[in-house]
Amino acid sequence: MQVRPKKKRSILPYLLVSPYMLFFLVFVAFPVLFSFFLTFHKWNIISPMEYSGMDNYTRMFNDRLFWKSLRNTLWFLVIHIPLQIIFALGLAVFLNSKIKFKGLFRSVFFLPVIVSGVVVTIMWQQLYGFNGGVINQLLNSIGLGRVGWLTNPAMSMPSIAIMATWKNVGLYIILFLVGLQAVPEHYYEAAEIDGASSWQKLWYITIPAINPTIFMVIILSTIGGFSLFIEPYVMTGGGPLNSSLSSVLYIYKQAFEFYHMGYAATLGFAFAFIILIIIVIQKKYIEKKY
Amino acid sequence: MAITFLYPFFWMIMASLTPEKLIGSLTFIPDSFTFNNYLAMFGKIPIGRALLNSMFVSSVITLGVILIGAMVGYALAKTRFMGRNFIFYLIIFTMTLPFQITLIPNYITIVKLGWVDQYTALIIPFLVNNFAILMFRQSFMSVPQALIDAARIDGCSELRIIFQVLFPSIIPTIVTVGILTFMTTWNEVLWPLIVVRDEMVMTMPQLVTLFSVGGRADAQLGVKLASAVLLALPIMIAYSFFQKYFIQSMASSGIK
Repeated sequence: MQVRPKKKRSILPYLLVSPYMLFFLVFVAFPVLFSFFLTFHKWNIISPMEYSGMDNYTRMFNDRLFWKSLRNTLWFLVIHIPLQIIFALGLAVFLNSKIKFKGLFRSVFFLPVIVSGVVVTIMWQQLYGFNGGVINQLLNSIGLGRVGWLTNPAMSMPSIAIMATWKNVGLYIILFLVGLQAVPEHYYEAAEIDGASSWQKLWYITIPAINPTIFMVIILSTIGGFSLFIEPYVMTGGGPLNSSLSSVLYIYKQAFEFYHMGYAATLGFAFAFIILIIIVIQKKYIEKKY
Repeated sequence: MAITFLYPFFWMIMASLTPEKLIGSLTFIPDSFTFNNYLAMFGKIPIGRALLNSMFVSSVITLGVILIGAMVGYALAKTRFMGRNFIFYLIIFTMTLPFQITLIPNYITIVKLGWVDQYTALIIPFLVNNFAILMFRQSFMSVPQALIDAARIDGCSELRIIFQVLFPSIIPTIVTVGILTFMTTWNEVLWPLIVVRDEMVMTMPQLVTLFSVGGRADAQLGVKLASAVLLALPIMIAYSFFQKYFIQSMASSGIK
C-alpha cells in the first residue's frame, strides 16, 4: 500500500474539491460581498453605479411596502405553522394506527408535494374562484355565503396559507411518522396501566417525544414562508391592495420590474437577517419549553 | 380527507377537457369532452420545446450534481488534506445562507457573463449542490477502507475508485440525490424567470407560469388548465413508478 507515491495523493483531494471551491467563490462568496457593496449604491444595471451612502437603508425603513410585505409574511406564518403541525401530526397519528390502505393514503397525501407549485397554484386559483369556484359553490349549497378568498384583502394571505398547508402536509406526515415510530411502545403501555386517556398520551408522551420533528417543521415552514413567490405571483400578483405581497415577490418587483438593484439587494439582506433572527428565537424558545 | 387531496387534480384534468363555456359549472364529470383546449395551447406556446428544455436542463443538472457531489463527498470522507474541515464547515455555512442575499448579485453575474437566455444560466449555478455533497460524504464514510486500499493496490485511479469500485455500494444515496435534484430542478421557477426571456430557452414551469399570468391565455381557463396538466404529467408519471423512492428521498432530505 505504501508503494503508491505519496505526492500524487496529496494534490488529488484538491482537484476533487476544486469544482466546489470554484462554485463557492463565484456563486456564494462573491455575491455576498457584492450584494453588501450594492446596498450602498444606486444602480439599474445599464447606467453607471452611483454611490448613495445609507440611502437604501433609510428608504427601506420608510418604505410602507417593505413593512407590508414583512407583515404579510408573518401573518402567513402565524396561520400556516399551527395548521401545518395540526394536520400533519393528526394525519401521521392516524396513519400510524392499524388501518387498511396505509400505503395508499400516504401516496395520496404526498402527491401535492412532488407537483410543481405552479400547478398547485393554478388549480387552487380556480377552486377559490368567487362565483364558479368549487369551494364557494359548496359553501353556498350548505347555506353559508360566498367568501372572497382571493378578492378580499383580509383573506388572500390566509387562502395562500391554506393552500401551502395542503401542498406540504404530505412531507411533514412522513417526517412525523418517522418520529412516531421511534417512540418506545412501552411508554404507552405504562400510561395505559395508569389509566391515561388518548389525549393525555398524545400530550404527555407523543408530543414531547417528537419535539425535534415539530421544531424542524417550524423551521422549514418559516423558511418556506419567507420564500413564498410563485403562489402570490400567479394567484394574486401580490394583491388585492398588496395584501399578499410576499418578501421575495417584493424583492423580485424592485429588481426586475423597476431595476432598483441596490435597493433590492438591501431588501435581500434585510429579509435574510430577519429569517436568521426568527430561527434563533424559535430555537431558543422551543428548546427551553421541553 | 384523502378525497380533498385527489379532487383538485381530478377537477383540473376534467376541466382541461371541458369546453370553455361549461367549465364554470363543472364540479365532477363534464357533460361533453373536447381536446380543443390542448390544441389551442399547442398553437399559442412552444410547450413541446419547453418540455425538451426542461428534460435537458434537469438531466444535465442531475448528472452533474451526482458526479461533482460524489467527487467532493469522497474527498471529504476518504482523503486527508489541509483545509478539509474548513471546506466542510463552508458547506454547512452555505446551506444556512438565505438565498435572498445571493439572488440579485447572481443575476448580475449571469448578465456580465453574457449568459442571459442561454442554457448555461439555467444549468451552471445548480451543478454544485451542498446537500448532495453531504449525502455522498456520509455514505462514503461508511464504506470500508479496505475496499479502497485493495483497489489502490490494483492500480485504480481515484476517479475509477469512486465511480467504478464504490458506486455500486452507495446506490441508495445516488437514487436519493438523483430524485431530489431532478424534482427540485424540474419545479424551479424563480431563477428561470429571472435569467431567461427567450421563449425557445424557457423551461416548462416558467412557460406555463408566464402563459398563465401574462394574459396570453386570453382569459381562457381551459387552455390555462391544459398547460398545468401537461406540466404536472411527467413528474406524476415518474411518481407513479418510483413512489417509494420519492417518499424515502424526501423524508431523508428533511431529516438531515
